Amino acid sequence: MICRERPDSGTMEDVMSREEVFARLNDVFRDVFDDEEITVTDATTADDIEEWDSLEHINLLAAVEQEFGMKFNMGQVVSMKNVGEMADIIISKIG
Amino acid sequence: MRELEYPFDSEEILKRSKKIKRKLLEERADFLDKKIAVLGGSTTHDIVRVLELFLLDQGIRAAFYESEYAQYWQDAMFDNPALEEFAPDLIFVHTSNRNISRFPGLGDSAEQVEELLTEQYEHFRVMWDKIEEKYHCPVIQNNFEYPFYRLLGNQEAADLHGRISFINRLNEKFYEYARVHTHFYINDINYMAAAYGLDRWADPLYWHMYKYAMCLQAIPEFAYNVSHIIKAVFGKNKKALVLDLDNTLWGGIVGDDGVERLEIGQETPMGQVYAEFQGYVKSQKEIGVLLCVDSKNEKENAIAGLQHPDGTLRPEDFIVIEANWEPKSKNIVQIAKDLNILPDSLVFVDDNPAEREIVERQVPGVAAPQIGSPEQYIRVLDRSGFFEVTRLSEDDRNRNEMYKANIQRQRQAQDFGDYRAYLLSLQMQGTIKAFEPLYMARIAQLSNKSNQFNLTTRRYTQTDIETFAADDTYITRYGKLEDKFGDNGVVSVVIGRQGTMADIPAYQKRETVSGERGDVLHLELWLMSCRVLKRDMEYAMMDSVVWACQDRGIHTIIGYYYPTAKNGMVREFYGQMGFEKIAEDDTGVSTWRYSIPDEYQPKNTVIEVAK
Repeated sequence: MICRERPDSGTMEDVMSREEVFARLNDVFRDVFDDEEITVTDATTADDIEEWDSLEHINLLAAVEQEFGMKFNMGQVVSMKNVGEMADIIISKIG
Repeated sequence: MRELEYPFDSEEILKRSKKIKRKLLEERADFLDKKIAVLGGSTTHDIVRVLELFLLDQGIRAAFYESEYAQYWQDAMFDNPALEEFAPDLIFVHTSNRNISRFPGLGDSAEQVEELLTEQYEHFRVMWDKIEEKYHCPVIQNNFEYPFYRLLGNQEAADLHGRISFINRLNEKFYEYARVHTHFYINDINYMAAAYGLDRWADPLYWHMYKYAMCLQAIPEFAYNVSHIIKAVFGKNKKALVLDLDNTLWGGIVGDDGVERLEIGQETPMGQVYAEFQGYVKSQKEIGVLLCVDSKNEKENAIAGLQHPDGTLRPEDFIVIEANWEPKSKNIVQIAKDLNILPDSLVFVDDNPAEREIVERQVPGVAAPQIGSPEQYIRVLDRSGFFEVTRLSEDDRNRNEMYKANIQRQRQAQDFGDYRAYLLSLQMQGTIKAFEPLYMARIAQLSNKSNQFNLTTRRYTQTDIETFAADDTYITRYGKLEDKFGDNGVVSVVIGRQGTMADIPAYQKRETVSGERGDVLHLELWLMSCRVLKRDMEYAMMDSVVWACQDRGIHTIIGYYYPTAKNGMVREFYGQMGFEKIAEDDTGVSTWRYSIPDEYQPKNTVIEVAK
């Protein structure tokens, strides 16, 4: 599903939509916090998920990086405010 | 658990640690409970989180104390009621090169560098000494890993001002300390960082963002590595390698291809791989690992393969060779029986995933690592740390010989109709004495390893053992046994404390008791290695304990049996020794009394013991 140039045709495969990014983010959040009830939105922040403290944040970012096959750089880690911004960075990196 | 066996998926472990922990706690109940203090020079949160999983997987349920961020030194050095109350069974000092407060300046003279080296070393040395004095428990200390950049380039290691030079010299000082302090173990993070890849390991993002000494993804491998030392200290090492033959110890099928067409030796690349692996297996013997064969083969073909002139292993390197057409799971159970050890002490090495699967399913507890392709066998086994060495002992090097002698004894026993005649023919000589410095390590090891013939299953560190030895309210006895086939080493341990009848209820609750010194001996520990079962060693130990009591005017001995999943064989032990059962509660804890008669008849009549 990750968007990439198709070597055979040279055309773009469908870019992962924002909805798909959120669907996959949702799975990662559920795994990391071991809670099947979680649903994340653009506005979700650490205040909305009880176990999401600064320590779990590290683990969450690592799991997101693994899921999307990308790495956040330090500037992004520092400035990211909510899940919406996280999704924007992901889309900009894999889009 | 498969998720935690090497080679594992680190990212999955990090992501699903909560789920994995839940599963581990559901899967088994017989955990060894230990308290571990992690004193960090950097963040330790995720390290503890993952370390906990690996320990649970090895049967250790740890409670953790974590120092506040980078407070390792202060926590150890100054009054610390929280840590004192925690009373750790083990302290892990997690420091890294980020904790070296000063490196040499480029203008420093050799003497100044030397002084700085001493200063940095002393910072740690005083802390270790303090820990030893105050907490009396084993210590695991990281060495230092290399920095991620080299100011002096390739001269960084050769020039005295280089950080790599400084780290190497500082590490060497740590090792010198480790060589003379028996409860002090180095966790080699320098090797781990190299094996993982230093650039990835030392990714500065994790230091500057989170104050981690390594990248998050390296934490599972790091925690796995330190878990090996911890489980080895607490007696949870594996004991034996059970090896398949065809395509495991050589390329090809000996029964089909014939010995001459096997791939082993220097002629082909694949032959070289197998030769190197055989050499690796052979050297396991030197560290005390027992070697056995479990192979679907005609026995004569198996032996012929092992006699291949280009192989390193010989048939006589193995204690038991099971080569037949029975299921391997059945053979492995037999091997455990022959060696007198539990199946969970075995590591089954087979190239065939289906065989591994069957053995793992049929014989719970056996480790059957996914060894990959032949060129990966050594790395997978090595990194799995099944036989982590904490201290090399004479016993380790001779262990194979001792077990082989045992099997000879069993064979000989079958030729004797009269069991006592057989025992006499063994010409056994025992040494039974109060604990002596030479054997403290072995005694502590036994207290942590013995599960079956163990009345109370109390686990002790070497420091505990030394404390008992020095305290004259205790009667301590270790027993060594030699016979015509060889020396079994220290095989039995008894610890008794002089108290009063009023101590009994506390002992029945498995508590640690330190009441008034009286004329009753409470047996806090009685254990024996299963390799000397049915040799009357327990009678010889009893005699020695009784004589010690008589010397002190003690007339009553109280023994306790605390049931565990593994020690059913000694439920009635005190009854067999002539004790009278005076209580038993609904959890199965029983209490036994022995009144020493005026004319005590020695119970042992077959072992010659110097009195």
